[in-house]
Amino acid sequence: MIGGLFIYNHKGEVLISRVYRDDIGRNAVDAFRVNVIHARQQVRSPVTNIARTSFFHVKRSNIWLAAVTKQNVNAAMVFEFLYKMCDVMTAYFGKISEENIKNNFVLIYELLDEILDFGYPQNSETGALKTFITQTGIKSQSKEEQSQITSQVTGQIGWRREGIKYRRNELFLDVLESVNLLMSPQGQVLSAHVSGRVVMKSYLSGMPECKFGMNDKIVIDKQGKGGGNGCQSIAIDDCTFHQCVRLSKFDAERSISFIPPDGECELMRYRTTKDIILPFRVIPLVREVGRTKLEVKVVIKSNFKPSLLAQKIEVRIPTPLNTSGVQVICMKGKAKYKASENAIVWKIKRMAGMKESQISAEIELLPTNDKKKWARPPISMNFEVPFAPSGLKVRYLKVFEPKLNYSDHDVIKWVRYIGRSGIYETRC
Amino acid sequence: MPAVSKGDGMRGLAVFISDIRNCKSKEAEIKRINKELANIRSKFKGDKALDGYSKKKYVCKLLFIFLLGHDIDFGHMEAVNLLSSNKYTEKQIGYLFISVLVNSNSDLISLINNAIKNDLSSRNPTFMNLALHCIANVGSREMAEAFAAEVPRILVAGDTMDSVKQSAALCLLRLNRTSPDLVLMGEWTARVVHLLNDQHLGVVTAATSLITTLAQKSPEDFKTSVSLAVARLSRIVSSASTDLQDYTYYFVAAPWLSVKLLRLLQCYPPPEDGAIRGRLTECLETILNKAQEPPKSKKVQHSNAKNAVLFEAISLIIHHDSEPTLLVRACNQLGQFLQHRETNLRYLALESMCTLASSEFSHEAVKTHIETVINALKSERDVSVRQRAVDLLYAMCDRSNAKQIVAEMLSYLETADYSIREEIVLKVAILAEKYAVDYTWYVDTILNLIRFAGDYVSDEVWYRVIQIVINRDEVQGYAAKTVFEALQAPACHENLVKVGGYILGEFGNLIAGDSRSSPLIQFDLLHSKFHLCSVPTRALLLSAYIKFINLFPEVKGTIQEVLRSDSQLRNADVELQQRAVEYLRLSSIASTDILATVLEEMPPFPERESSILAKLKRKKGPGNLHPDLDENRKERSANGGTADHSSTTSNAKSSPLSFVGDLLAPASTAPPTNRPRPVSSSYLLQAPLTPIPLQASAVPVLLSAGPLFQVAASPTPSTDLLGLGSTITTQNSAPPASKGTSLLVDVFSENIAAFPVETPVAVGPVADENFSRFVCKNNGVLYENQLLQIGLKSEFRQNLGRMYVFFGNKTSTQFMNFAASVVCQDTLQAQLNVHAKPADPTVDGGAQLQQILNIECMSDFVDAPVLNIQFRYGGTLQNVAVKLPITLNKFFQPTEMTSQDFFQRWKQLGAPQQEVQKIFKAKHSMDTEVTKAKIMGFGAALLDGVDPNPSNFVGAGVIHTKTTQVGCLLRLEPNTQAQMYRLTLRTSRDTVSQRLCDLLSEQF
Repeated sequence: MIGGLFIYNHKGEVLISRVYRDDIGRNAVDAFRVNVIHARQQVRSPVTNIARTSFFHVKRSNIWLAAVTKQNVNAAMVFEFLYKMCDVMTAYFGKISEENIKNNFVLIYELLDEILDFGYPQNSETGALKTFITQTGIKSQSKEEQSQITSQVTGQIGWRREGIKYRRNELFLDVLESVNLLMSPQGQVLSAHVSGRVVMKSYLSGMPECKFGMNDKIVIDKQGKGGGNGCQSIAIDDCTFHQCVRLSKFDAERSISFIPPDGECELMRYRTTKDIILPFRVIPLVREVGRTKLEVKVVIKSNFKPSLLAQKIEVRIPTPLNTSGVQVICMKGKAKYKASENAIVWKIKRMAGMKESQISAEIELLPTNDKKKWARPPISMNFEVPFAPSGLKVRYLKVFEPKLNYSDHDVIKWVRYIGRSGIYETRC
Repeated sequence: MPAVSKGDGMRGLAVFISDIRNCKSKEAEIKRINKELANIRSKFKGDKALDGYSKKKYVCKLLFIFLLGHDIDFGHMEAVNLLSSNKYTEKQIGYLFISVLVNSNSDLISLINNAIKNDLSSRNPTFMNLALHCIANVGSREMAEAFAAEVPRILVAGDTMDSVKQSAALCLLRLNRTSPDLVLMGEWTARVVHLLNDQHLGVVTAATSLITTLAQKSPEDFKTSVSLAVARLSRIVSSASTDLQDYTYYFVAAPWLSVKLLRLLQCYPPPEDGAIRGRLTECLETILNKAQEPPKSKKVQHSNAKNAVLFEAISLIIHHDSEPTLLVRACNQLGQFLQHRETNLRYLALESMCTLASSEFSHEAVKTHIETVINALKSERDVSVRQRAVDLLYAMCDRSNAKQIVAEMLSYLETADYSIREEIVLKVAILAEKYAVDYTWYVDTILNLIRFAGDYVSDEVWYRVIQIVINRDEVQGYAAKTVFEALQAPACHENLVKVGGYILGEFGNLIAGDSRSSPLIQFDLLHSKFHLCSVPTRALLLSAYIKFINLFPEVKGTIQEVLRSDSQLRNADVELQQRAVEYLRLSSIASTDILATVLEEMPPFPERESSILAKLKRKKGPGNLHPDLDENRKERSANGGTADHSSTTSNAKSSPLSFVGDLLAPASTAPPTNRPRPVSSSYLLQAPLTPIPLQASAVPVLLSAGPLFQVAASPTPSTDLLGLGSTITTQNSAPPASKGTSLLVDVFSENIAAFPVETPVAVGPVADENFSRFVCKNNGVLYENQLLQIGLKSEFRQNLGRMYVFFGNKTSTQFMNFAASVVCQDTLQAQLNVHAKPADPTVDGGAQLQQILNIECMSDFVDAPVLNIQFRYGGTLQNVAVKLPITLNKFFQPTEMTSQDFFQRWKQLGAPQQEVQKIFKAKHSMDTEVTKAKIMGFGAALLDGVDPNPSNFVGAGVIHTKTTQVGCLLRLEPNTQAQMYRLTLRTSRDTVSQRLCDLLSEQF
């Protein structure tokens, strides 16, 4: 049970303060500011306990969101709620920034009243919320509409209202993955995993019953040789679903069936660790020439189908703390020494698969009287590729609407795969 | 930033700093700093020479970044370069960087030292000053090594400028503080002392600080400074306030110098030279006079400066402690301050008075202010001032006013601030002890102390009370009476319970004569507090209980009951459990003689320094507290004290402390909680000391039979018995009983039909016809006549038993005046303890009345108790007497063992008196199953497959009595042809063997 929720700006000034329970006093606001925001040492733990009060915080750019409680709550629940809260706010007014929060504070209080009741999280589905919390001022609703809202919010399917009609039944499916890697200088994978999300945007009429299928190893194996179309299956380590998915059915037959909320929703979240396609390989070469010079050469190799194009590639090569000058030569893209970040940043707009590119840099060092050796932080990389590094494939998404007469074939479906880099590092 | 000349503004630095200040987040700040550092690095790269200005600017930026908390690992070289610049600002920044950032083991230290040397010999006063400041600011050992010889030379050189002399003196002071062994004054001493005569007051001020420190180190060398200091002081004091121009501060002439000179004089005893002494006294009088003058300014700075000088003068007067008139004047002056509206002044006045109180000349004068001080204690708003008041009261306390002061402190204690309560408690305890004329007052005071502030009474305080009570015969009775009365309060502090437990345990007998504090009442009172106390206190109370057993044998039973209860014997705390077990065994095994020896009154404590005093010292730290003051001052006077001074302190120390000094034992060597330790349990079991001769033979049985021993170690508590009373079927913990009952049902039902119906008699003989039927079973009808039926239901566990007697009224009229009592004849009385709970005096027609008997077996017995029943039926008095079937075998606990064990033990019990054998004719059919059931009902474990002959029956068990356990082995050999049995019993006790044999043989 969340006792209260506070939103601070980067200076620690309170922008939003909503207290749900009597056990949270006004001094809790200051306690968090003093002990976390203005703490001498940077507080890295997202949960802080101050005087028997627990503070759970998340930070969005310069904004701190803190949930406070005196009870022994489920921390995962609180964080899930905070993230949901961020999603809801983003859905209503875009980026979470001090200015946006200040401009929308009435709305935020309204939202907080709705999604948290006496500290218990309530319906936080953006689609459902938008039906009765609007930014467009008060529009007197008819009795009918009001009762509809009530029945929907209190009903079994709280995330979708009835009577939705679209001329064109359309459906977008995004598979968004972020691939994390730590590689040794010799090219050995030290750790790698992919965390992915399946995001669905649906514009479907009525109450459609959907069924989602992917190349999950268990399902494929179960269907056995019958399918046998050579489709590669993947082993999913763990996954979580949106509340609309019928978990009992998933447990029993591992099929994902649901009535989707209208508009956008995150259908599932998953994680894989096996058979990951690493889109890029980074080969570093660092040579120390005397005490005042360092030569760095980095080669990147793209490792996917030549027909695909990777985008927004950025390689960040850390430089020693006593760098006094850098000369960079690169064939492709642009490279620059960023003193404020102590790194050489090399940016390439586009790169096709199975290609290679390299950069070499000469770093001049200033002799210091410190005997410490340079720690050699890893080279990190950012990119975006148009496939799923986990190997996940959407096999089907079937839509049934028994009441309205449109069939699966009438729905226009779009599937998109985007693989992004998470923490993608190579030691040098 | 430090003074920067115009046009030299370092714009870059200002821009950088404002950039940093405008950063929105920490990350942004770090980014900006990284950028700047990269910029500076590229500038310092060395391929192009930087001009002095940019070097200074970048070094300044680095310094700023360093002060923001980031590591700086370059730029030192540039800073050192700046040192050799000719521009003041560049040199200044260079020195600043060096003194902030350079650590002593840097490679650059030789370069730096070189630069400093150059500056010191440059003859340019500003450069010399910068160099001296740098030496003082770094102050490292390396610096001292390099410049310890140089600095004094500069200090005393004739041509040095005044400002440089000032810096040199302070630099030397700093070096002297960090590495005194390197700063050798030797040849310079006289010339340094003469700096006191310098024209420039600034030089004199700096020199005074230096000389004070040096004089503390080697007082003899600087003795000459006294006369100079006095001369200088008198010149300042007597000067008109305008004479000193720059050094007059709000109409007070050179207050800082005056204070420093007065401090310097405190390093030395009063001057011996009469003239100097006279001059000094004159000075001090002038200062005291000036305090009386109306203030020349209303500004607070004026009074502060004036009072600073005054207080320093007073502490010099106190230090000298030789001029009674001055001391009294000082005291009066302080007395005025006691009521000043300035809190700081009141605080200082109280503090100074504390030291005045220890002087013999002014002690009386201080005492005149007692009312004011007590008033301050009550009305003062500031807690620190109140604390000073407490200190002063403590210091001014002597035999004449001890009672008043202790009473005041006690009453203050109730409202005192929590932080100082413990200290007050200690002080009260010390004063009460130190000035106690009669010890009843002392005991009262300490008990009050515990009552008012029990939480703050540390262990030392109550240890001390007990030590004193034990060492002083005359207060023991009074103490016992007082604690007894104090304990009667419904809520009393745990410390009081501790003191009470200890004192009553030792001296409870002194007040036992009074019926209001009889032993049982004392015990009940202590025990009523038991459950509210922490473990150490409970442990102490258990020790008190065992002492009670020695003091008052009449409460032994009650106490043993308490010790035996589950909450003691099975306490989760091992200390309590051990104590309970050991005390219980000790009390039940040891004879009164041994008990008296073991539990003798505590011997007097060895007399040492008061542990409370030690505690108070620890709490306050040395030098803060007034008892310490004596020592402190002794130390100081040892530096150059006169004989009379040290003798007064030692006198003062020996007289009031004589009692304190000789009475004390440190708590650590003998914490009272742990002292009356009993012998350990293993000792009890193995030692040949056990007074009961048969015990010795019981011991090996107990030791060899593992399970038996466990049973013995944890006797059944009565609470379990209560549980059994209500649910007979859940007797998992007493298998023989339940097995016995179930197997015996048939036998029982047979017998019921065979009950003879007796005619009622007015006064009948003791009926025992059904007695033998109950030997092997626990439930059934014991007696029946036309009016009354008596049914029994009983449970036995170890040496305890509970019997439910049901009196059934078979008539339709009410029995009046119904009374049932149990009588144990002569010897049985000591062997068996039967307690009948009172029952209703009436039994309605057709109704049943239940009476509960609690039975405890003390030792083995032969006879059975008699149940006497009296009631009035239709006007005639009916008397019935029935023998209660409580037999020795009821206290049997079965023991399972293997054949090997059995015969081993059988052999061990081979002594002729231990075996009893009987051959008898069977009275009933010789059915094997019935026989088995009977043996099990008898209470022994039936051991199958032990005897080589399968038709023989073999059993084993232990008889539990309160005093001993008796192991029993039995063997029954039936002879079906002859319809005969042979029964052999071996136990460790002949009487037991005989009785069991008699009982069992009747059954077949």
